[in-house]
Amino acid sequence: MNNIFVYCEIEGNMVADVSLELLTKGRKLANQLNCHLEAVVAGTDLEGVEKQILPYGVDRLHIFDAPGLFPYTSLPHSSVLINLFKEEKPQICLMGATVIGRDLGPRVSSALTSGLTADCTALEIGEHEDKREGKTYENLLYQIRPAFGGNIVATIVNPEHRPQMATVREGVMKKEILDANYQGEIIRHDVSKYVPTTDYVVKVIERHIEKAKHNLKGAPIVVAGGYGMGSREGFDMLFELAKELHAEVGASRAAVDAGFCDHDRQIGQTGITVRPKLYIACGISGQIQHIAGMQDSGIIISINSDENAPINTIADYVINGTVEEVIPKMIKYYKENSK
Amino acid sequence: MSLKIVVLAKQVPDTRNVGKDAMKADGTINRAALPAIFNPEDLNALEQALRLKDAHPGSTVTILTMGPGRAAEVIREGLFRGADNGYLLTDRAFAGADTLATSYALATAIRKISEYDIIIGGRQAIDGDTAQVGPQVAEKLGLSQITYAEEILNVEETTGRIIVKRHIDGGVETVEGPLPIVITVNGSAAPCRPRNAKLIQKYKRALGAQEKAMLTKDGEVLPYAKLYAEHPYLNITEWSVADVNGDIEQCGLSGSPTKVKAIQNISFQAKESRTLTSSDHDVEDLIVELLANHTIG
Repeated sequence: MNNIFVYCEIEGNMVADVSLELLTKGRKLANQLNCHLEAVVAGTDLEGVEKQILPYGVDRLHIFDAPGLFPYTSLPHSSVLINLFKEEKPQICLMGATVIGRDLGPRVSSALTSGLTADCTALEIGEHEDKREGKTYENLLYQIRPAFGGNIVATIVNPEHRPQMATVREGVMKKEILDANYQGEIIRHDVSKYVPTTDYVVKVIERHIEKAKHNLKGAPIVVAGGYGMGSREGFDMLFELAKELHAEVGASRAAVDAGFCDHDRQIGQTGITVRPKLYIACGISGQIQHIAGMQDSGIIISINSDENAPINTIADYVINGTVEEVIPKMIKYYKENSK
Repeated sequence: MSLKIVVLAKQVPDTRNVGKDAMKADGTINRAALPAIFNPEDLNALEQALRLKDAHPGSTVTILTMGPGRAAEVIREGLFRGADNGYLLTDRAFAGADTLATSYALATAIRKISEYDIIIGGRQAIDGDTAQVGPQVAEKLGLSQITYAEEILNVEETTGRIIVKRHIDGGVETVEGPLPIVITVNGSAAPCRPRNAKLIQKYKRALGAQEKAMLTKDGEVLPYAKLYAEHPYLNITEWSVADVNGDIEQCGLSGSPTKVKAIQNISFQAKESRTLTSSDHDVEDLIVELLANHTIG
């Protein structure tokens, strides 16, 4: 009882990477709290799904396998979690900050009156003293996230309500198999006991998944542009540099909001998290929002005309200059020297 | 069929322009110190509502917002663009609410409005980026939900079912759901139409009670006082916790399970960095160095 639960998201019959990352994190938290790690998966034709999940150190896996549970719709999956959690009383519930997790999480938190923190960038265990009430809480989940447009970092706790719920974006936590032969208990639930037939009211008529246009997440070199690029045309220069370096192009939120670059290339807390060996930040000032999504890069080069840009403090190389001047030179000298 | 549409809209601090006094000691936002704007995705939602009104004559669009007296601005903005009326939930007891306490307050107000087919709002607000309030309102009202909507394709006259195109991770899907329903709209949806000149003329003097009180606080006479009696639509309705039969314990800070434990201003772990100029010499040296240590190939 009072264990850590991770909701495992399914596409077809594959568990999403973000869920496996959360299982890895959940295992560590469970060790710290001396409790069990449990996973919940809901879908259709989930034969063998346990092989994808148990190796992450899952002690109990709850499988809800029935027609109508894939593709995801809000109400049936909400009922699965709400009714399961009423029985199991988890202390912590983690899910991906994906379209599904952000549709499902708030619904579950509302039904259970529990707190939910969106898009966490770190999860830790710690104590909390409520000075006004004169109470100290042990072993709470610290839900840490940039807040307020990325101008501050907030640590959120849920002292009184359970489960403590948090969503985390894909790529923020690391995915690591604990033991390929990890022995966990598998529980196949009777879905009709958890989901009333009236829940199946929203129908998915048509579904179209496109293969990602780029591989920003796994790229070894990222060339990223910020508001300082000035325009969509300014980004053409970055695509040119990226082509030479076999890199992918990313962008800060400010550049995306200004329409300089497509939304699917946004790096940061509310975008993609990247860990390339080389990150070239071009005209990016470096709000915490953005830093959260790239700070684990190997080498960081910052090109900025403002020598006090916050990103310069975490950069290995700072080039004081305008992007218009520096980037063409980089392309030129790369071409000259790379033969 | 004519539809009753409620648009959830929020006045938000423009987080792109944040000064030093933006945060209060208790970790909540000092809204008074920041420029206030109509939350961008709520405008996308308003557009979807207005399109439904255009397609289904006799439909009404009602703006519902929660905030201090000056949040009546959001309702006025909605009226200028084609909404029919609005309600401002305003009470000290609502202050400091997290998403759960906010959705509780909105749900009680929607019950008070009582007639609704579609409740629609932005996917998320730029001051919190949580995307929680829409689904939580839906749960509290016992309604189904469609989040991340990009376009409402149709409301079928005969079946009363709504068909929506929505964004999903890596693609799009089209879903069909029953009315009443809660819909949240993604920023990739159509932008909101501009203000309408005639509607600005009609509603420019629309005020909430607190705004009127501000204008008359030093004993002045309310400008154009007669208008408000002649044209009731110029009085923006304000509701308190009591007006919506709310439970004060479930509102504001006391109704919020999440607590802010700590707020940190950002200070980065400064790395030892090398500073270069934009000269040809410096840029070439860097490229040569990165090639030599195989960082770039």
